[in-house]
Amino acid sequence: MVTLTINGKTVSVPQGTMLLKAVQKAGVDLPTLCDHEALAPYGACRLCMVTITSPYHALVTACAYPVEEGLVVETHSQEAVRSRRLTLEFLMSRCPQSDVIRKMAESEGLTSSRFGVSSPEQRDELCVLCGLCVRVCRDVIGAAAIDFIGRGKKRKVGAPFQLQSDSCIGCGACAEICPTGAIKIEDRGDKRILHTWNTIVELCACPECGNFFSPEPIAFLKEIVPQSKKSWELCPRCRHQKISHQWLSAQNRGLRWTGRAMA
Amino acid sequence: MKIRTLSEIEKLRDIGLSFLYPQRPRISVGMATCGLAAGAAAVFDALSEEADRLGFDFTPVSTGCIGYCRQEPLVDVRMPDLGRILYAQMTPERARDLMGALSVGELPAEHALASIPEEGSDVSKCSAVSSGLPSIDQLPFYAHQHKIILRNSGLIDPCSIEEYVARGGFDSLGRALLKLSPQDVIDEITQSGLRGRGGAGFPTGKKWNACRHAAPKPRYVICNADEGDPGAYMDRTVLESDPYSIIEGMIIGGYAIGSNKGFVYVRDEYPLAIERIQHGIDRSKEVGLLGDDILGSGFDFSVEIVRGAGAFVCGEETALIASIEGGSGEPRPRPPYPAEKGLWGRPTTINNVKTWASVSAIVAKGAEWYSSIGTKGNAGTVVFSLVGKVANTGLVEVPLGLTLKEMIEGIGNGGLDGKVVKAVQTGGPSGGCLPAGLFHLPIDYESLTQAGSIMGSGGMVVMDEDTCMVDVARYFLNFTMEESCGKCTPCREGTQYMYGILTRIVEGRGTPEDVVLLEEIGNWVKASSLCGLGQTASNPVLSTLRYFRDEYDAHVREKRCPAGVCRALIQLSITPELCNGCGLCKRECPVGAIQGEKKEPHSIDAKLCTRCRTCYDICPQGAVKIVR
Repeated sequence: MVTLTINGKTVSVPQGTMLLKAVQKAGVDLPTLCDHEALAPYGACRLCMVTITSPYHALVTACAYPVEEGLVVETHSQEAVRSRRLTLEFLMSRCPQSDVIRKMAESEGLTSSRFGVSSPEQRDELCVLCGLCVRVCRDVIGAAAIDFIGRGKKRKVGAPFQLQSDSCIGCGACAEICPTGAIKIEDRGDKRILHTWNTIVELCACPECGNFFSPEPIAFLKEIVPQSKKSWELCPRCRHQKISHQWLSAQNRGLRWTGRAMA
Repeated sequence: MKIRTLSEIEKLRDIGLSFLYPQRPRISVGMATCGLAAGAAAVFDALSEEADRLGFDFTPVSTGCIGYCRQEPLVDVRMPDLGRILYAQMTPERARDLMGALSVGELPAEHALASIPEEGSDVSKCSAVSSGLPSIDQLPFYAHQHKIILRNSGLIDPCSIEEYVARGGFDSLGRALLKLSPQDVIDEITQSGLRGRGGAGFPTGKKWNACRHAAPKPRYVICNADEGDPGAYMDRTVLESDPYSIIEGMIIGGYAIGSNKGFVYVRDEYPLAIERIQHGIDRSKEVGLLGDDILGSGFDFSVEIVRGAGAFVCGEETALIASIEGGSGEPRPRPPYPAEKGLWGRPTTINNVKTWASVSAIVAKGAEWYSSIGTKGNAGTVVFSLVGKVANTGLVEVPLGLTLKEMIEGIGNGGLDGKVVKAVQTGGPSGGCLPAGLFHLPIDYESLTQAGSIMGSGGMVVMDEDTCMVDVARYFLNFTMEESCGKCTPCREGTQYMYGILTRIVEGRGTPEDVVLLEEIGNWVKASSLCGLGQTASNPVLSTLRYFRDEYDAHVREKRCPAGVCRALIQLSITPELCNGCGLCKRECPVGAIQGEKKEPHSIDAKLCTRCRTCYDICPQGAVKIVR
C-alpha cells in the first residue's frame, strides 16, 4: 500500500493506483471526461489537474499519474483551478450544446465561456475527443471499428473513410461509454443504425417473441460459448422467462437446478 | 571481408588512410542536401567532365556537409606535395577554370576561401597560401568551433567505412566491447556529463542506467532522427555526412543497456539521409560490425530503419514509439518513461542523432576529455544550424557555454547586409525569441530555459530590424497548431485560439485585452498540455510578449507595425525625388496599382495596392518606402 496526503487527508491505496482513484477515495470530486476504470490511463481531456506540493512541485493530470509514497497533493490549488476552468471554457466553446460540460463548468463556478462558439459548424458538436469510444472498441470489445481521423483542429472520430464499417459489430459500447452523449444509435425494425459511424448492422430476431434484438455480427459468439448456444438466440426478456420457468419446474419436481438446463 | 578482431580493423584503417591521403589529387565536393540545393551536383559533374577532357587523374569524392552554407557549393582540393585549399561559391564554369589550373599543377587563388593545413605537409610552394590566404581555423566562421559530432562531416566520403575508420572510427566500439563491461560504458557516459542533444538535456548516462535496470530483455535502442523544426537541419546533415558515427554510437548503447536491436526513426522527407544510413547499415553488416558476435565479443546487434511520415509530433518520444509500433503518432502520458516501458512495452533507450554521434566519440577518448569541454553541468559541444538574417549562415558546432554574442557576431559575423540584429530564436517552434540585450547569455540548457527559450535540437534563427516579432510568433504558432495531434484539449483548442488572436493583431483588429488574454492562454497551454509539443508551443508567443511587448502594443494601440511587415498596417509610397520613372515597378505590380509616365516620378494607388512589396523589392533606385 502507498500512503499519501490529499487536501490534508491521509489516504492509502495499492501500489500502481492512479492519483485520481486516491483523490476520489479522499472524497474529492474532480471533473473528468476521458478516464474510465475499464481502460488504461489516457490523459487527454486535462480536466483532473492537481498540484503535487511535496516532495517536488508539479501540476499533473490525476488520472495518468501513478501514486507515490508520501506525495502531498492539493486538488484545488490556484494553478489547478485556473487550468481546469480554462479547459472547461474551451470545452464549452467547442460543445456549446452539451449539458454535461455546462454542469461540470457550473460546479467550477463558470456560467459562460469567454471564447464564444469556436465556429458555426461547431454549434451542434457534442464530441470532446476524449477517445473513450475509440479505446473501448479497440481495447475492450476488440473490434477496432473506429479511430481518430485527421489531426489538430481537424481531428474527429469515425470508421475508415467514414463509410459503412465492416468491423463494427453493432454492440453499442461506444455510445454507452460516451460521456457527452455524442454518439447516436437507433434500432429501427431489423436494423441497428449507428448514425455517427455511417454504419448499419442487421439485427437477429428472437425465435420466441419475434422481436429484433441482437446484432447479427455477434452471432459468432455462439461458436465461442457452445454450451449455451440456445440462450444466445433468445432475447433477454424471453431468456429470463425461460430460465425462471425452468427453475420453477425444477423446484416443483424437488430437483436441484444446475443452471445449465437450457443447453 | 569479415572483421572479427581489432587488428582486422587496422587493415580497414590502412585502406581508409590511402583513400584520405592518396598520392594523386583528391577533390571533395560538399554534397549533402544543402550543397546539392546550392548546385554542387553540377559542379561535381563539371569537374569530372573537364578532368576527362584534360586527361587529369584525380579522386573525386562526394563528401558531406562542410558547414559554411553561405559559401556553398564548397570544393575541397588536396594536391599532394602542394597543399590543400577550400574553394567557395563554385559554379560549373568556375569549376572548369579550377580544373584547368589544377591540370598544370597549380592551386589557384581565385575563389579560394582558406587553406586546410595538414600535418607534415609543406605549403611553401603554394602561391595562394604565400600570397596571404588564411588557414581555415583563422576564419571567424570556423575559429570558435569545436567539432566532435561533426568531426568527420565534410572530410570523409559518407559511404566509405574505410575512411570513417581511418578517422578513428570504431575505436570506441572496440574499447567498449572488448575492454569495458556494459556498466563501465554507462559509467563512462555518466561521467562525461553528456546530456540529450534532442533538446531536453536529460543526462544520457542516467537514462541508460534506468533502462539497463528495468525489465529483462528484450530491450530496444532508438535513434530519433525525426527532425522537423523550420530552419533546422542538424540531424539530417549528420545522417548524410557521417552515418557510421550514429551506427557506432547505437551499437555501444545497445551493448551498455543490454539490447540487440536498434531502430533509426527518420522522416521520409530526408531521402538522402535514408539512403546513406541504409548504406552504412548494409556495409557494417557486410564487414561484420553489425550482426552476430561483433568483434568476437559475443554481442549481437542489428539496426533497422523506420521511415516516419513527417508528423512533427513523432519527434516526441512516446509518439515516435507509437509510430514504430504501427499506431498513429500520438503521445501518451509519462510516467512510465520509455526507459521503463517503451517500444512494445519493453525498456527502450531513445536518443537524438547528435547524442549517438557524441557517444561514439566519448568512449574512444574518455569521459575526462569530454567533460573538459564546455562548462560545468553543460559538458561537450552542441550543433546549431545558424540561419536567418545573419551574414554567415551554416552548420556550426560549438562548446556549450559560448555566448550568444560570440555565436552571432563572431561566427555569424553580425546581421545580413549590415543590418542590426534584433533577436535570436533558438529551439524552433518550441523555443523562444531572445532579444539582443540578452546576447551575453551563455548557450547552455539552464540559461536558455531561464530566459524563456530552450536549447532545443539546434535551430538558431537570427532576426533583424525588419522582422516583426508578432508576425514571427504567429508563424511559429501556426506551425505547432498545424502539427498538434489534437489529442489533448489545451494544445488543440488553445493553439487555435491563440492563432486567431495573433491573426487579429497583425491585421490591425487586435485590442489591448487580446494581448492579456493571449498571455493567459499561452501560460495555460504551457502548463496543462500532455506532451512536449504542447508544453512548448506557446514559447514563441510568451517570449515575444516578455521581450517585445512594445511591438504588440504598437500593433494594438497605434495600429502600427514597427518592422513594416504586417500588410494591413503599412502603406507603400514612392519618393518622387528618388524615382527616375524607369517603369519597372509599374510593369511588375500584380494589381496595376502604380501609375506614372516614363521618366516621370510614379505613384502608388493605396486603394488598389495589396502591399505585396514587389515594387519595394525590385526598385533599383530604392525610391519605394514603407510607411509604418
